[in-house]
Amino acid sequence: MNEKTGTFPEPALRLEEISKSLGGRLILDAVSLDLRKGERKVLIGPSGAGKSTLLQCVNCLVLPDRGRIFLKGEELDQSDNRALRLFRRRVGMIFQDFNLFDHLTALGNVGIALQKVRGLPKAEAESRAVEELARVGLEGKASMYPAELSGGQKQRVAIARALAMDPEVILLDEPTSALDPELAGEVLTVIRDLADGGMTMLMATHQMDFALALADEILFMEQGRIIEQGVPSLLLAPGSGTRTLDFCSRLALGAEGRI
Amino acid sequence: MMDWPFYLDSVFPALNRGLGVSLQLIVPSALLGLAGGVLLGSLRVFGSPRLRRAGDMYTAVLRGVPLVIQLFILYYVLPKIGLYLDGFSAAVLGFILCSAAYHSEYVRGAFLSIRQGQLKAAQALGFSPLQSIRFILLPQAMRLALPGCGNEIVYLIKYSSLAYMTTCVELTGEAKVLASRHWRYTEIFLAAGLYYLCLTSLASFILHKIEARAHIPGFGRQK
Amino acid sequence: MLAYLAAVAGEAPYILSGSLVTLGVVCASLGLGFCMGVPLALAQVYGLPTARRLVAVYTWFFRGTPILVLLYLFHFGLFDALNLNMPALVSACIVLGLASSAYQSQIFRGSLEALPAGQFKAARALGFSSVQSVRHIILPQALRLSLPGWSNEYSILLKDSALVYVLGVPEIMTRAHFVASRTSWHVTYYILAALLYLAITALGLKLLRLLEKKTRLPGYNL
Repeated sequence: MNEKTGTFPEPALRLEEISKSLGGRLILDAVSLDLRKGERKVLIGPSGAGKSTLLQCVNCLVLPDRGRIFLKGEELDQSDNRALRLFRRRVGMIFQDFNLFDHLTALGNVGIALQKVRGLPKAEAESRAVEELARVGLEGKASMYPAELSGGQKQRVAIARALAMDPEVILLDEPTSALDPELAGEVLTVIRDLADGGMTMLMATHQMDFALALADEILFMEQGRIIEQGVPSLLLAPGSGTRTLDFCSRLALGAEGRI
Repeated sequence: MMDWPFYLDSVFPALNRGLGVSLQLIVPSALLGLAGGVLLGSLRVFGSPRLRRAGDMYTAVLRGVPLVIQLFILYYVLPKIGLYLDGFSAAVLGFILCSAAYHSEYVRGAFLSIRQGQLKAAQALGFSPLQSIRFILLPQAMRLALPGCGNEIVYLIKYSSLAYMTTCVELTGEAKVLASRHWRYTEIFLAAGLYYLCLTSLASFILHKIEARAHIPGFGRQK
Repeated sequence: MLAYLAAVAGEAPYILSGSLVTLGVVCASLGLGFCMGVPLALAQVYGLPTARRLVAVYTWFFRGTPILVLLYLFHFGLFDALNLNMPALVSACIVLGLASSAYQSQIFRGSLEALPAGQFKAARALGFSSVQSVRHIILPQALRLSLPGWSNEYSILLKDSALVYVLGVPEIMTRAHFVASRTSWHVTYYILAALLYLAITALGLKLLRLLEKKTRLPGYNL
């Protein structure tokens, strides 16, 4: 049981009726969701359900066709590029395929936005970057280039890069699905540490056991809509007959004994 | 048989003089041509549709017309629009305009081959479009474009010999004047050829050094 | 205005007919470059160390020296010194052909090196002689891979061919230059020549793309 739900008074992120069509197909159909400070919500659902598009709509990497976005109660003006950039600074994003900057070392990857976006002096940006790398357990890899890092290490650098900006919310788009199972573990550990530190998170994942352990609430998406949501223990209670349970049991197909 | 006095008294001094002029042609043309190419290549990728089309058109025309003709057109057109340039300046301008078109092709290709995610990641961190290009995309694109652009600079060294067509007496011009005066084309142009070979070899060597210095794991020449 | 147009129209056929000479020069030098470029490339990839070194020097010389210098060196220099009495047109084709062979050998070499080593071994294992292997197995593949580079070489050679006007070969540039100096309408006639070159470039590239499509095999679309 998770007693934490309902104990987050402060709103962090709020989406209202976000819709998006791509190539004539409706990808997101008036999706709304609320994320309070320190809350962790996990998006699950079949591929093509719109999870990734939803996450990218949150910080307008994909501009929604309709819908409103609020951060700490302030609405984001999606047509104001300056406001958009300030907003993105406050919302960290972790990509499925890492998207480390290939021409920069691990240290450079973490430091560059500090220096160029936040305007910190070089030395300060660097020492902050060193700190963040240490936080994800990569203090020894600072001078390595992305091509020299394993997938798990790359994703940890990407997390450090996002954390260095002191985000108020972190969006994670299937952070481990491009990784071998043995490498996924190290990334999951880092994410769990973050969660324990009280970070507000919205994550899409296929890693069910992890989602269950972490989530305050599960949002089940299908065909561009959130069709079920709730506390994991309720949504996945045996015999609850939810779509979520059905989806998870088909995903599991093994005796990993979740819940 | 080598006629040393002839070489020492006539050929080398003339060719050295020409070499000096050639270098004055090549260095600014190479630098400004590259800068122009980076700008043009960026415009052709990130510009508005109209700018992009204009850039593509410019590049297609300048890459499709022999440089001699471009130089002649420039040489005769400029005075008509009130711009009186000597042969030297007309040649430099022609070289810059033309090599910018060639460079832009490599720069454009490099930009297009960078993964989409790089731009997304930069945006997600709050980079402005211009900052993303300047700090994330351009450093990557230039590394990818470097071998092609380097080749282009070597080409420029050779095609600088066309400046002689716009009455600018550089290395080839000096050789031609001397050769027709003495009717000793073989020796003089062999010597001129060696001068160019030294220039092109030196340039290739330096460009390889730069490439090696700019090398980053995961980029460019690797097997 | 009308008089101007009439005058230009009067001179145009003379310049236009230069394109036949230009095409002749380009085809001849592409052909010569091909005939020399293939053996040069083979020598550089499969040859003895001495052969490789010789080819390297050859390509270094012809790729590092301006066409203009080569034209003067060969036509007024070497050919004259040897009393060959070479017509300008022939000199032009030879010089452009030699220069092109150096470039083409680099294109073919790249393709040869891009082929998997197993191809040669497989051919030898079937009992092909090494010459047969190259002739029937290696070259058909390598030449297909070379076509895009070859298209590029065509457009470079076409533009370089304008330089042979220093020898007085009556191709497009020479004729345009002649008419331009006679009439003093430089800009008009050079632009006319420029358009002609653009058209020939486009035409040739279209033909070569057709050839590329015709000879394409599954798995060879680089």
